[in-house]
Amino acid sequence: LKLYCLSGHPTLPCNVLKFKSTTIMLDCGLDMTSTLNFLPLPLVQSPRLSKLPGWVLKDGSTFLDKELKECSGHVFVDSVPEFCLPETELLDLSTVDVILISNYHCMMALPYITEYTGFTGTVYATEPTVQIGRLLMEELVNSIERVPKAQSASMWKNKEVQRLLPTPLKDAVEVSMWRKCYTMPEVNAALSKIQLVGYSQKIELFGAVQVTPLSSGYALGSSNWIIQSHYEKVSYVSGSSLLTTHPQPMDQASLKNSDVLILTGLTQIPTANPDGMVGEFCSNLAMTVRNGGNVLVPCYPSGVIYDLLECLYQYIDSAGLSNVPFYFISPVANSSLEFSQIFAEWLCHNKQTKVYLPEPPFPHAELIQTNKLKHYPSIHGDFSNDFKQPCVVFTGHPSLRFGDVVHFMELWGKSSLNTVIFTEPDFSYLDALAPYQPLAMKCVYCPIDTRLNFIQVSKLLKEVQPLHVVCPEQYTQPPPTQSHRTDLMVDCQPPPMSYRRAEVLTLPYKRRYEKIEIMPDLADSLVPLEIKPGISLATVSAVLHTKDNKHVLQLPPKPPQPPASKKRKRVSDDVPECKPLKPLLSGSIPVDQFVQTLEKHGFSDVKVEDTAKGHIVLLQEAETLIQIEEDSTHIICDNDEPLRVKLRDLVLKFLQKF
Amino acid sequence: MSRQQAWFIARARHRFAMTRECSLLLPHVCAALADPRQPGSDDTCLEKLLDWFRELTKFDPTVELVQNNPCLTEFITSVLALPEPSPSILSFTLRLAGILAASENRFQHLQQEKLLVRLFGRDGPLNSALWEDASVRSGWVEGVHSMMHHQPALHFLCDGGGIDVIFTLQGDPSLFVASAASQLLVHMLTFSVESEMTEPLSTKDCDWPACAQMIIKHIEDSLQSSSSSHIEQSLKLLTSLFGSCRATWTEVLWLGIAKQIESFLTEETVQVQHMLANLLLRIAWSPVFCDTKGSIWALVTSALEHLTPVQAGPLAVGILRIPECPQDVRIQALTVLLQPMDCILRAASQPLEYAGLLDESVSDPATVESLLSSKSSCVNLLCQTLAHLEKLLSLIRLPVDLPYMSLLRSLMTILQFCNGFLSPASPLGSTISRILINCFRVQRSALDVLAALSKQKGCDTLLGSLFDVLLAYLESPNTNPTVLKKTFQATSKWLVRLQELSCSNTQWQQTKKILEDVFLVLQKRLYSPCWEVRDSSLEFLTALINCLKDQDEFRQSLLSSEVPRLTENLLEDPESYVRASAVTAVGHLAFITCFAPESPAIGNQYNKENIVAKLQEILSTDPEGFPRRAVISIFTKWLRQGCTGQLEDTERFVSRVIQTVEHDLDWEVRLGGLELVEVFCSQTFRQLGHPKCTYAPLSSVVTSYINQNESLHVFCRAKVFSFLFQSLCDYDKPIGQRACDVLLGLRYTFYPVRTLKDSQGAEDSRAGPSIAWLQRTLRQGSMAQNFPTDGDNGVDFQDPESMLLALDIIDLEDLHDGLNKSSDHVEKSPQSLLQDILATVGTIEENEADCY
Repeated sequence: LKLYCLSGHPTLPCNVLKFKSTTIMLDCGLDMTSTLNFLPLPLVQSPRLSKLPGWVLKDGSTFLDKELKECSGHVFVDSVPEFCLPETELLDLSTVDVILISNYHCMMALPYITEYTGFTGTVYATEPTVQIGRLLMEELVNSIERVPKAQSASMWKNKEVQRLLPTPLKDAVEVSMWRKCYTMPEVNAALSKIQLVGYSQKIELFGAVQVTPLSSGYALGSSNWIIQSHYEKVSYVSGSSLLTTHPQPMDQASLKNSDVLILTGLTQIPTANPDGMVGEFCSNLAMTVRNGGNVLVPCYPSGVIYDLLECLYQYIDSAGLSNVPFYFISPVANSSLEFSQIFAEWLCHNKQTKVYLPEPPFPHAELIQTNKLKHYPSIHGDFSNDFKQPCVVFTGHPSLRFGDVVHFMELWGKSSLNTVIFTEPDFSYLDALAPYQPLAMKCVYCPIDTRLNFIQVSKLLKEVQPLHVVCPEQYTQPPPTQSHRTDLMVDCQPPPMSYRRAEVLTLPYKRRYEKIEIMPDLADSLVPLEIKPGISLATVSAVLHTKDNKHVLQLPPKPPQPPASKKRKRVSDDVPECKPLKPLLSGSIPVDQFVQTLEKHGFSDVKVEDTAKGHIVLLQEAETLIQIEEDSTHIICDNDEPLRVKLRDLVLKFLQKF
Repeated sequence: MSRQQAWFIARARHRFAMTRECSLLLPHVCAALADPRQPGSDDTCLEKLLDWFRELTKFDPTVELVQNNPCLTEFITSVLALPEPSPSILSFTLRLAGILAASENRFQHLQQEKLLVRLFGRDGPLNSALWEDASVRSGWVEGVHSMMHHQPALHFLCDGGGIDVIFTLQGDPSLFVASAASQLLVHMLTFSVESEMTEPLSTKDCDWPACAQMIIKHIEDSLQSSSSSHIEQSLKLLTSLFGSCRATWTEVLWLGIAKQIESFLTEETVQVQHMLANLLLRIAWSPVFCDTKGSIWALVTSALEHLTPVQAGPLAVGILRIPECPQDVRIQALTVLLQPMDCILRAASQPLEYAGLLDESVSDPATVESLLSSKSSCVNLLCQTLAHLEKLLSLIRLPVDLPYMSLLRSLMTILQFCNGFLSPASPLGSTISRILINCFRVQRSALDVLAALSKQKGCDTLLGSLFDVLLAYLESPNTNPTVLKKTFQATSKWLVRLQELSCSNTQWQQTKKILEDVFLVLQKRLYSPCWEVRDSSLEFLTALINCLKDQDEFRQSLLSSEVPRLTENLLEDPESYVRASAVTAVGHLAFITCFAPESPAIGNQYNKENIVAKLQEILSTDPEGFPRRAVISIFTKWLRQGCTGQLEDTERFVSRVIQTVEHDLDWEVRLGGLELVEVFCSQTFRQLGHPKCTYAPLSSVVTSYINQNESLHVFCRAKVFSFLFQSLCDYDKPIGQRACDVLLGLRYTFYPVRTLKDSQGAEDSRAGPSIAWLQRTLRQGSMAQNFPTDGDNGVDFQDPESMLLALDIIDLEDLHDGLNKSSDHVEKSPQSLLQDILATVGTIEENEADCY
C-alpha cells in the first residue's frame, strides 16, 4: 500500500495510490496560484498596464525588462499565465490504471495528465462533476485564448536568473514545470476518457479492488471514494461539507471501518464561519450600492455563487436593493445557471422536493425571470447596451489575472465608492490585488469555504474511527500565521501520517489476507476433523488457479493414467505431480507422561534436560537423544532404524493425526 | 382577636361556606367518585375539589361540615371498602381526610368513626399493594401534613408508628414523595417543639417533646451512619429546617450535630460535601446563631477551604452578601470566587506582567488550574464563577471591594481566548485557549459580567483596550447572534461610562474615535441579512440614544454617520419585528433630530412633519401588529415628553391618532391609544388648570361651568369621548377596563365631590333619550355590537354638555366592577365544578342505558 503525493496543495490534491495490483490516481487538481506571479490579461488595451516599467536588476542590468514588470513594489511576469502541474517525475503516469475525481475543482489538471503522459486508463466521475468541470475548463481556456499575448517569457525561469529575482518569484517552486493553459481539443479529448458513475455505484477494477463514490456534500456531484478489497478498505475524503447548502448531504456512515483514511480538501479558512461570511458579504454589498457604488465579486461560474444568489434573493428586498441590477458575466454563465437546475437528483432534499411541485430548485430562476439577475457571455455585445450603474457584477477569474474581472478592476479601481468582495478562498486577496495597486476601491475579504473545519473533522474521525489517517502536512500543524491556534489542526489517535509534494508514503497497513474460492467438487471432498470443540480442520490438496486477481482452488488432476502408448509424454502437458499425502500431526507431548511410557517400554535410564525451547530426553544406554520442541521433534540415534521407528511410534501416540 | 380580624373571618366563613346547591350536589358527587365502575376521574377536577375543601375548612374549625354532610364520611368508608380502589381515588381520599382532620373537632369525629386509623394506620393502604403507587404514597404524606395542626394528630401519628413510615419515605424513589416527607418532618419537628414546649430549651438541659425527640434522634443516627444517602436525607431536612425556622431552639439542635457536620468536610468515605454549602449558608443567614457565630464562621472558613471550587462557589457568593460576615471570611470567600479569574490572567500573561487578582500567599491555584485544563470542567467552572460575579456586582450595595481593574483584565482575556485573538504565554494558557475558542456559553457569561462591571469605578485606564475587544466582537462576522446582542448591551453600558469620563481633550478624542468605530460597525450590522442582528442593532441604538441623547459628542458622531438614514430605511424592513424596532429607534432619534432645542440643520430629511407622517402611515397601514404597537407607544412617549407642540397641535395630533387606532384589529394598539388619551387628558388639565371644585356638580351651574371649561371642549374636539365610550364595549376586556379607568378619572376631575345615590339602574331624570340610550347600550357591555358613534342614536360625543352629563349619570363604578369580574367567574364556582363531575358520570349512565 503506497501513496505517491504529486501535489503540495491540500485542497487541490493529486495522489496516486498503489493498492494490490492497481494504480489509482486520486484527483488531479491544478494549482493556479502560480498565475498570481503574472500580469493580468486585460480585455481591452490598458494604458496603465502597458506603461509599467520593466524590472531592472540591482546592478542596473536590464536584460529582463521585457519579461518582468514592476508595479507598486511588486514584480510580475509579463507573459501568458502559467500553471503549476502535479509532479510527473515521481512515477510513470502511463501506468496509472484509473483516475477518480472527487469534485469539479479537483480535475482541472486532467488534460495535462491524460494527454501528455501516455495515460491509457479510465477516469471516473459523476455527471455534474464532468459537466461543471467542463464549464470551468471552457471558461479558463476561453479567458486566456481570447487575449492572445504576443510574447512569452522564459528567460526568468533559468535557475541562475531566478536566484536574482525578488520574492515571491525567487521562491517559486518548480518553475520549469509550469505550463501554459491547455486547449479546447485537449479538454475534449480528456473528458472523453471519463466514465460517468452514480453515488454508491460499485465499480470493479480488474477484479482486485472495488471503488465506490459517496456523496461528500460539498458541491454538485462531489464525491468521496471508498477503495476496497475483500479485507482492506481505504477511504479517500476530499472536499466534503456538513453544512446545509445546495448539494446532497455527506454520506458519513459508509466511511466507517476504514483501515486507512486519506483526508484532503478541508476548509482553507478555518477561522471563518461561512454563515457569518455570507452576512458580511450581504452587508458590504448593500452598503456600497446604497452609497452609489458598484460591487465586483470575482468568482467561479459554479459552486458558492448558487448559494450567494439564493441568499441575495431573500436579502434584496429587505435591504432595499430591488432596483439594483445583478450581472453574471462568464462565457459559461448561461450553461452554469441552467445546469444547476437540471441535476435534481444530486441536490439536497429540500431542493429535490421542489422539482416535484414543479418549481426550479434554485431561486435564481426567478431572479432571471424578474430581470433582477442578467447574465452575459462577456462584457462585449448585449452587456454594454444594458449596463447600468450602480450594479453588482459576478465574474471570473478569482485570481484577477484573466477573464472579464480584469476589465472591471481597471474600470472601477479608481473610485472609493466601489467595492471588490472576495468570496473564493483559493487565492490570497492581497496577492490578487497587487498588480492593481494603488487602488482606491474598497476591498472586502469574505471567503466562503463550506468544506470541513477542524472541529467537524475531529467529530467525523471519532465517528468513523479509521485505523490510520493520512493527510497533507499543512493539517498537522497550526496555520503559520496563527501558531497559537492549536485547535486548527487534525487531532486524532494515532496521530495522522503527513505527506508533502513529491513524497512517497508507505502506508502503515499490512495486507494479511486474500480471499480464495473453493470449487464445489473440491469442497465436497473435504473431511473436517474436530480438533478442539468448535474447531475443525481439514487438509486441502488442490491446484491454486489465479486469473484476473481472482483465486480459485480446484481439485487436483487425477493421477496420470499409465500411458497407453509408449510415446513419451509432452512436457507441456505435464501437470503438477501429486504425491500421496502424509497425515498432518497436531498436539503437544507431555514430557512426564512420555518418560513414563519410555520406561514402560524398557528404557530405564531416561534423563530429561530443559532447554530454552523445550526439552531433551536422553536415553544414555542407547546413546539416543530425543529433542522435543514446540513445533518439532527430532530423534537422533546412530543408524539404529528399528529403535528410531520404535521411538517414533511412541512419540506419535501422543499426537493427533489427520 | 381584634374586631377587624373577627369581622374578616366571619366574612370569609360566609364567603366560603357551603351553599345549599352545593350540599345537594355533594352526595351525588361522592357516590360517583366512590363508584369503582368510574374509569378514573379527571385529576384536575379532583385537585379543584380539594382546593374547595381547603377553602371551606380554612376558616371553619367546627364539626358541622362533616356532620351536615355525612356523604363525606360515607365516601371515605366506601373507598376503604373497595377491594381495589384506583390509586388516584385512594390518594384523593387520603388528602381529603387530611384536610378534614386539620381541625381538632373534625379529627375527633373522624377518629370516632375509626376512619383515620384505617387510612393512615398500619392496616391501611400502607400495607396494601397500592402502596407501590407513588400517588398513593404522596397522598398519604400530604394527608398527614394537612392534619398536622393539633396535638392529637401529632400523637396519633407518633404513637401509631407513622413516623417511621415518614422516615422511610425520605428515601422514596419518587422525588416528590421524598421531598414531601422531608418537608413533613420539618413541619412536625417545628410544630412539636413549638406546641409542646412550655419552657425555652437550653443547651445543657434539652428536654425535647417526645415527637421532636424521635425526629432529632433519627437525624443524629442518620448523620452518624455510614450511608451517604441517609446522611444526605438528614442534611436536606436540616437545610430546609434552618431555612424556614428561625426559632432559638434550632441553635440547641445545631450544637448537638455541629461536630458531626464539620467532620463531613474532611471525611473521604462519605461524599456529602456537595450538600454542605447550602446548609452552612442557611445557618450563616439565620439570626438565632448570634452567640455561636464565631464557630459558624470557623466552619464556613473550613468549608471554603475543603469544598471543591464548584461546590464552594454558591457558599462564597452567599456569605459575601451577609452584612456581618467577618473580614477574614470575606477575603476567603472572595478568593474562591476570584481564583479562576486569577488563573486565567496568570495563564495568559508573561510572569510578572500583571499582578494577578490575588495575593499568591492566600491562594493555592493547583485545584483550579487542574479544573481549568480539563475540557469538561473548564467551561462549567468559568460559567459558574462568572454567574456568581455578576450576581455580586449587580447588588446595589457591594459588601466588598473587588479588584475591578484586574477583574476587567481577566474578563477581557477570557473574551480574547474565546475569539482566538490571544496567543497565550503559558502551557496552561494554550490549553484554556483551545477549550474556550468559540465557546458561546462563556462568551455570554463574560459579557454579562462585563456589563455589570461598567457601574464600578477604577477601570478607566483600560477603556481603550476594552473597546478594542468589544469592537472586535461587534465587527467579527463569526460572532453568534446572542453573543452579539450581549456585546451590544455591554458596549452601550461602557459607552455611557466613557461619556462620563470624557471631559479632557485627549479623552474626548478617544471617545470620538470609539463612537465613530461603533457607528461604523453598527451601520454594517443594520444591513445584516439576519433579521435578529438588525433587530438587536436597532435596540442597541435605541438604548444608546436613551442614555446619551444629551451628550454633544454622541449627537455629533451619530448624526455625522450613516446610521440615522439607515434606521429610517429599516421602517420598510420585510420583518415586522425589525420594523417595530426601527419605529422605536426613529422615535428616539427624533429627540435628537427634531425635538432638541438646537436641532441640527441637516436638511429636510429630519423634518418633524415627515417623521410624524411616516409613523402615522405605519400606524394606519402596516399589516402586522408589532410595528403599529411601536408607533402608538412612541407617540405616547413623545406626548409625555411634550414634544408634540402647542396645545392646538397636540389636539389635532391626538385626534388623528385616535381616529386611526379606534378600528385597529390589534387590541394592544387600541390599548396604546387609551394610554395616549390618558396622557393627553392629564397634560391638558395641567396646561389649562383643573376645573374648580366650586363649579361642581350642582346642575344649575353646569351650563355656565361648561362654557368655562376649556379642557372639556378640547376633549370633545379631539373625539376623546367617542373613543372612550366605544372602548367600554370592546370585545377585549382590558380595553373596556382601561377606558372605564380613564372615564372614572375624568369624572373625578369634573365631579370631585359626589353624593352617593342609588345606582340600581334607576334612570336619572336629567338624562335625555340619547344618554339613556348610551346607558342601556353600555349595560349590554361587549354584546353591544357595532357601537355607533356617528350620532345616529342621538348621542353627540362632541357636545360638551351631553358628555359632562353622561359622565355624571352613567354608573361607571358599576361598569368598572362588571368589567373587573373575571370572565370565568361563573365557571369557576364550586357548584359548576360539582356539576362538571356529575356531567361526566351522567354520560356513563347514559351509555349503560344504551347497553340494554
